[in-house]
Amino acid sequence: MQVYGCILSRATETDKVFKALADPSRRKLLDLLYSTNGQTLGELAKHLDMTRQAVSQHLALLEEANLIATNWRGREKLHHLNPVPLYEIYERWIAKFERSRMRALRELKIRVEGGKG
Amino acid sequence: MSKSKFVYVIYILAEPENVFEALTKSEMTRQYWAHDNVSDWNRGSAWKHVNSSTKEVRLVGEVIESDPPRRLVITWAFASDAGNRKKHTRVAFDIERVEKMVRLTVTHDELEPGSEMERGITEGWPRVLSSLKSFLETGKPLNVWTGKK
Repeated sequence: MQVYGCILSRATETDKVFKALADPSRRKLLDLLYSTNGQTLGELAKHLDMTRQAVSQHLALLEEANLIATNWRGREKLHHLNPVPLYEIYERWIAKFERSRMRALRELKIRVEGGKG
Repeated sequence: MSKSKFVYVIYILAEPENVFEALTKSEMTRQYWAHDNVSDWNRGSAWKHVNSSTKEVRLVGEVIESDPPRRLVITWAFASDAGNRKKHTRVAFDIERVEKMVRLTVTHDELEPGSEMERGITEGWPRVLSSLKSFLETGKPLNVWTGKK
């Protein structure tokens, strides 16, 4: 049960990340935080053509997906880019396929060159 | 120029005690981080981060706060900057239980914008934390420094 629960929670976490990334405004918010980390809602809202409330909802969704982490500086809530879930997706969905492509290329090279590897 | 700050969060299916141990016991850190974290982890003690295979001391610092298994705050500097206080950065690990999981927050601040340390840690923390999660949940770490030059 423990293992099953773990797989299930991982799947839900990943779903949330992909859903969060499936929106251009949310991707823009991540880019804004990449260029300047630790911004307030007001600072971020200046760059988007939508109400503060809409920006706030996008930020909540990003936080829910763990793509941003927040903390307080006095009365200001600061948003920080949290790239950890993106790295996990990279490991799970990209690095694996890169490795198999490298292997395929190596095998092709061996065949073309007629060697035994 | 103001110093920069990064906040990393990861959820791990583990007990807070296991996460605290995994950060502070060298026989564990070497498995998912390829480095030994060495200290008695008492407030005021020194700590060092040693490459497990070459034994080269990479990072040094001091334990600022130690409240197992909830919080650990350390300073963090390249071994070559040990004597240069201005180059010492700070790392806080906060471990909270969230339902059956642990929320580990790593706050790394007092960083000089654009410095080698800043570049290193922004690449390093996502790798180390993903590897830690994999190690604690499945017993298998990731190949933590794959592709890193």
